[in-house]
Amino acid sequence: MATTAIPSGTKWWSGGKSPFNSSYGKVMMWYFLMSDAFTFGAFLISYGTIRFSVNHWADPNHVFNAFPFAGHANLPLAFVSLMTFILIFSSVTMVLAVHEGHNMNRKGVEKYMILTILGGIAFLSCQAWEWTHLLTGEHVALLTDGTLGVIPTTVKMNPWGAELDHTTMMAALQKTSHDQLIGIASTLHHGTEAVGHSISTLSNQELINEITAAPGFHATHSGPIAFGGYFFGITGFHGFHVFSGVIINIVMYLKTKLGHFDKRGHYEMIEKAGLYWHFVDLVWVFVFLCFYLV
Amino acid sequence: MSSQTSSPEITFQPDHSGGTSRIWKIFWVLSVLTIIELALGYFLYLKSGQLSDIVVLSTKCAIGILTLAKAYYIVSVFMHLGDEIRNFIMTIVVPLILFVWFIIAFLYDGNSWKILRNTNAGSKPNQMEQVHKEATEK
Repeated sequence: MATTAIPSGTKWWSGGKSPFNSSYGKVMMWYFLMSDAFTFGAFLISYGTIRFSVNHWADPNHVFNAFPFAGHANLPLAFVSLMTFILIFSSVTMVLAVHEGHNMNRKGVEKYMILTILGGIAFLSCQAWEWTHLLTGEHVALLTDGTLGVIPTTVKMNPWGAELDHTTMMAALQKTSHDQLIGIASTLHHGTEAVGHSISTLSNQELINEITAAPGFHATHSGPIAFGGYFFGITGFHGFHVFSGVIINIVMYLKTKLGHFDKRGHYEMIEKAGLYWHFVDLVWVFVFLCFYLV
Repeated sequence: MSSQTSSPEITFQPDHSGGTSRIWKIFWVLSVLTIIELALGYFLYLKSGQLSDIVVLSTKCAIGILTLAKAYYIVSVFMHLGDEIRNFIMTIVVPLILFVWFIIAFLYDGNSWKILRNTNAGSKPNQMEQVHKEATEK
């Protein structure tokens, strides 16, 4: 695709033609995407500002270390890499659909639109799993009342603070109520029903002994409160873009199938939907950078 | 050259007759850049706590630059902005320069808040630096 030579002496601004050599719809799609880039940019920069203003921030390698069906295996970066490659690949199928559109090949457009839609759905499913995993996660953290409790990652709280030192942890355990101790002890024995029945009969001190003796037991300070809001807010806003992109792509697929673009004589609508879809991929590149990599 | 004419406003059609080899080439470029980013991120994870601040910061900067490279390829090739005429490219790219100020100013502001809080607005020595110094002396 070599750059097309512009005929010399073209008077772009004299009326009758687009000064940008592009249709109104496409130009406006670009300006919409530019404004959307500023919206996402403002969110991400706000996140960065808050992150720079506190002494401890959640470590992404601890927060995002799970993988579906991998149990409690520690796999930092793995799942988000999968999501990234899904989105890159669906971007490729989208640009191939645009390419087939240029060649007026309806069957080709249909094939690649289907693949793009599937990629989008796969990405959304991954995000649904990740959110569920965080929202239902069980981690032991120091609560504001000085006791230890089992908390998930939500917009109100998260367990992603610094590791507790031994003395603070022991002091907090002494203050922790019986019910909370049972809650903590039961997270240590996932899937072992037998232990679950017996722990309710133990005294507080026996529970504390059980908890501190458990291999791999650790507790953290509660994390920066803004983390959940920024994470769910920004990835949610991005996920909403992916969702609407999938809807737009489904509409485009149906219109292709019904032959609307053949009748019109061009596949420019596929190009415009493609611009939106690539923008979603573009934003993910930056979300990936800001939340998962650094 | 494709035969379509999408709008009477358009003076000439960009040449779309090329094959798909360029698209696949960019796909591999994006994949390789992502893998390098992941490798650097994994390096930071494995060595966390052992690296000096400057090494961590420069690795994160390197990841940021690779991200900008990915953004360039997506916008230029996948979104075909590189095929548009120069005036149009400029109306998109020039406003984005605002981000340069935006990022520097706000991250500086966030960091300034942290220092003010740790030093009680400059009235006592920085607690976190003190902690850091004690940890390194031990």
